[in-house]
Amino acid sequence: MKRFLLPLGGFALLVVVLLVGLRHAPEREAKFVKSPLLGKPAPQFTLPQLVDPAQTFDSSSLRGGWHLVNIWATWCVTCREEHEVLLQIKQEGRVPIVGLDWKDEDAAAISWLSQLGNPYQVVLADRKGDVAIDFGVYLAPESFLIDPQGIVVEKQYGAMTVEDWRSKFLPHLTAPAKAGA
Amino acid sequence: MSAARIRQRLLAAVFAFTMLGAVALAFAVDNTPQFADPVLQARYYGLTHELRCMQCQSEALADSNVGLAADLRMEVHKLIESGKSDVEIRDFMVARYSEFILLRPRMSLRNLWLWAAPGLLLIAGIVVALRVLRRRAQLPISDDEVS
Repeated sequence: MKRFLLPLGGFALLVVVLLVGLRHAPEREAKFVKSPLLGKPAPQFTLPQLVDPAQTFDSSSLRGGWHLVNIWATWCVTCREEHEVLLQIKQEGRVPIVGLDWKDEDAAAISWLSQLGNPYQVVLADRKGDVAIDFGVYLAPESFLIDPQGIVVEKQYGAMTVEDWRSKFLPHLTAPAKAGA
Repeated sequence: MSAARIRQRLLAAVFAFTMLGAVALAFAVDNTPQFADPVLQARYYGLTHELRCMQCQSEALADSNVGLAADLRMEVHKLIESGKSDVEIRDFMVARYSEFILLRPRMSLRNLWLWAAPGLLLIAGIVVALRVLRRRAQLPISDDEVS
């Protein structure tokens, strides 16, 4: 029947459009909203160190070597799950981890580190959460791999897993630096 | 007291309680200090209602109890105070949290077809309707169409 061809075609088109829409629905990608920071310079900041607040840490110290910036807090349940993996990454010794303690109580954070072990080269206290906003953090823990030029090359939303570390992060560290990338 | 009078009073009481509840709710969520200038306060109101709470996703910043939403409301407040325009504040948020933070998406090449779709569908509908009407006009009047 020729007269049904047009409506049927229209319906098929609608099905395709909706299917594509569902595949790319924001809800589906909620955990993976692509960070606008990827490929861009990491935000600049100066923060006091957790253990010795008199000492400050400037983001310019991140230049010259690879760093993994990990945003965590003692009130963050998933951070506890992730902690083991961070300790493993420290053990591997491929890249130093810089901890950003997000809106936390210093005492709680210090006792967390002494109880569970400290995977960080240095821990910075972001008490008001301003630096976390500059990093676009909303799902702690989050981790950013920053190259020697200070460019964010990889990002993890939520807990770092051994799998993600091996498949997404390690290749950046083992591959020779791409020109212009 | 007449029945009408009582009903009126009851309604007034219900109304007063509802308003009280609404006010209490508004205070409970947003603790950011208000602007003295009503124009700035209106801009703050607009921006916090069109930016997404990234943790809750289907709520606006203005409606969310989450800590990060409070921080971002404060950030909006500070940015307005420092003289930033609405466009600059939206750009600030998009640069950190991606386009997803805008509850009202901006037009871009990627979603242009979505913006154009209603117009295109309307045109298609008109074309189909015109063709059907024209074909009908050419048909001889059949028996069952005469009532």
